Amino acid sequence: MSETTESSVMPAADAEPSTRMNMIQAINSAMDVMMGRDPDVIVMGEDVGYFGGVFRATAGLQSKYGKTRVFDTPISECGIIGVAVGMGAYGLRPVPEIQFADYIYPALDQLVSEAARLRYRSAGEFTAPITVRSPFGGGIFGGQTHSQSPEGIFTHISGVKTVIPSTPYDAKGLLIAAIEDNDPTIFFEPKRIYNGPFDGHWDKPTQNWSQHPAGEVPTGYYKIELGKAKVVRPGEALTVLVYGTMVHVALAVMEEAGVDAEVIDLRTLVPLDIETIEASVKKTGRCMIVHEATRTSGFGAELSALVQERCFYHLEAPIERVTGFDTPYPHSLEWAYFPGPVRIGEALKKIMKDA
Amino acid sequence: MATDRVPDHLKPNLAPLSLYVPEPKFRPGDAVDFTQVPIPPAGKARRPDPADAADTFIDLAFDLVRVLDDEGQAVGPWNPRLSPDTLRAMLRSMALVRAFDERMFRAQRQGKTSFYMKCTGEEAVSVAAAHALDYEDMCFPSYRQQGLLIARGWSMVDMMNQIYSNTADRLQGKQLPIMYSVKEAGFFSISGNLTTQYPQAVGWAMASAAKGDTRIAATWCGDGSTAEGDFHSACTFASVYRAPVIFNVVNNQWAISSFSGFAGAESTTFAARAVGYGIAGLRVDGNDALAVYAATLWAAERARTNQGPTLIEHFTYRAEGHSTSDDPGQYRSAGEPTAWPLGDPIKRLKDHLIALGEWDEERHAAQDKELAEQVKAAQKQAETNGVLGHGLHQPLDTLFDGVFEEMPWHLREQQAQMIAEETASGRPWARKA
Repeated sequence: MSETTESSVMPAADAEPSTRMNMIQAINSAMDVMMGRDPDVIVMGEDVGYFGGVFRATAGLQSKYGKTRVFDTPISECGIIGVAVGMGAYGLRPVPEIQFADYIYPALDQLVSEAARLRYRSAGEFTAPITVRSPFGGGIFGGQTHSQSPEGIFTHISGVKTVIPSTPYDAKGLLIAAIEDNDPTIFFEPKRIYNGPFDGHWDKPTQNWSQHPAGEVPTGYYKIELGKAKVVRPGEALTVLVYGTMVHVALAVMEEAGVDAEVIDLRTLVPLDIETIEASVKKTGRCMIVHEATRTSGFGAELSALVQERCFYHLEAPIERVTGFDTPYPHSLEWAYFPGPVRIGEALKKIMKDA
Repeated sequence: MATDRVPDHLKPNLAPLSLYVPEPKFRPGDAVDFTQVPIPPAGKARRPDPADAADTFIDLAFDLVRVLDDEGQAVGPWNPRLSPDTLRAMLRSMALVRAFDERMFRAQRQGKTSFYMKCTGEEAVSVAAAHALDYEDMCFPSYRQQGLLIARGWSMVDMMNQIYSNTADRLQGKQLPIMYSVKEAGFFSISGNLTTQYPQAVGWAMASAAKGDTRIAATWCGDGSTAEGDFHSACTFASVYRAPVIFNVVNNQWAISSFSGFAGAESTTFAARAVGYGIAGLRVDGNDALAVYAATLWAAERARTNQGPTLIEHFTYRAEGHSTSDDPGQYRSAGEPTAWPLGDPIKRLKDHLIALGEWDEERHAAQDKELAEQVKAAQKQAETNGVLGHGLHQPLDTLFDGVFEEMPWHLREQQAQMIAEETASGRPWARKA
């Protein structure tokens, strides 16, 4: 096992060699760094070996670390996670990839009943220190089987952590922290922003990470502590709770509307950084929650309940939830489903009506 | 009629289809006749070299490896030629498992715990395997392999503490009785979800191979749970990576009230599952400790020499209910257990030792008495740590331990809430918190 005693505070980026990376390269770098540091870290999944993954996230790892540490698997998500749990019991630190989050359901029993429960049911004799990487979310014309955001399924499960980055810098630091963590972690990668941030205007040219400050990523080891949110835009008028792709969409809407919003990128859903949320909402008195996942029983419902329980007497307007609809993710009507600038803008008008 | 839902203009001039739903041969009240169950004579099945390719002995997936014949003699190429000391040790372990089961079943009936599962009639399956494996080999059991722990010499008091969820329970009362976890004895945490341990055993074995270790893995599931997807995922992975793992399917004919036909047994054997995956398959008399031992040793040798996995079907019979929660008299004929053509595994091994002149009825009776006393003494000791029926034995706050390595704020908050509630309630256990 690797040493995990280092400070959870990230080293200053300018003190370390760094380079421009998109989110895929940053994720690749995180696995590369961890495989170099810890011989027990292994990577497996469908097409992750010689080919380097359908999104190229594992490119070059097999040639560098060999076939017994980076290998392709059968198309069996149940098998991938079950095998990872067994490897974890042996003492390895597996980083399995589920090719799309939409394919994770055959692995649910192994994740929910096994990985998430192993420490508890064996009173700590066996653990599942595995990090399940999986691209999630839509906005790429992936249709209903390549676009889903199932994070709410996992936040409901005791014993598993759920992490979602929104920039290359965060992706690398959070993935390293997840791999070092001794509990199972679901690491959902917002694939719409693999190559660049997305402001929600699908009909405009896409940006890439080379223009974004968080596209500058240290080449070596650093980590971002799980359970810590990031205030990506300080403000006084309202609090926006958001994660993944929607961080950038929400930021763009607030900028365009000229509203002094405080935008909080949650980064980790479980464990949640409740202190940052509570302090912000008590300061602004307004709270908007934005996620791409379907609405009913989505993670926004939990956020809304928590804010209501803790900040009710500070609220000056009803909490607004902006989400995907309770339908399958459509193909041709993707941008009508997506909670983009129009839907966020309407919610913004409502929440700021009496301001 | 069957074609009610089909519009007239779509009705072809063909006979209607019919749905087949399996039905066991005997139900409560039926006279039992097992003569239709094919039982090849002991010693007949051939024994391939452990280095042979799996596709050269496919016939063994449909045969039945048997060593002990009806006269108590060990015959044929699978005879493991064990010393009388080893035979006596296996007999003792099997008898101890049965004594343990009897006592704990009764303890459940006395209200001392919530649940128990016996393995009566299946003692050879796990005890003989434990003797054939190295102690360092990792076992991924299902819920009826208590014989592994007993045969590995694990403390019965420790097992009973778990069954009672008492103050000395190493699992802190977190798991259903008999869902043991004993890392020290190479015994993986038992899950209540069926066959999840199969791909886990493959992963453990793959890790061992990747690390250049010498240890192998073995796992067990029942006939019924071979229907789970995990079983098939595990077979695929084990085949693909030639994992050093032994798959044991304990075909005890019944999955609670569903006979093995609901897992496909009317169409083929469970060992035959191996054929489709290109892995070695053996079908073994599970009530014959020597056959189980020999098959396990043979499979272990394949695994240790990078020949890959073996699937062993142990053809046996669940002589009692599934657990303390069901009454087999409600769904199967009461005559089945005694009519089972492969007999009682303990009696068969005892008869063998007697035939060898290495044992006798008096010594056996004395041993049974001694083992019963040993179990009784263990029970007495375990009960000094409490029994489930007498309340809660773990400090209240431990309810939240072990969800994560470090307790996050939301669990700390819920823990504080619970302690406050329980303290305010004045319930007796709250005072201990």
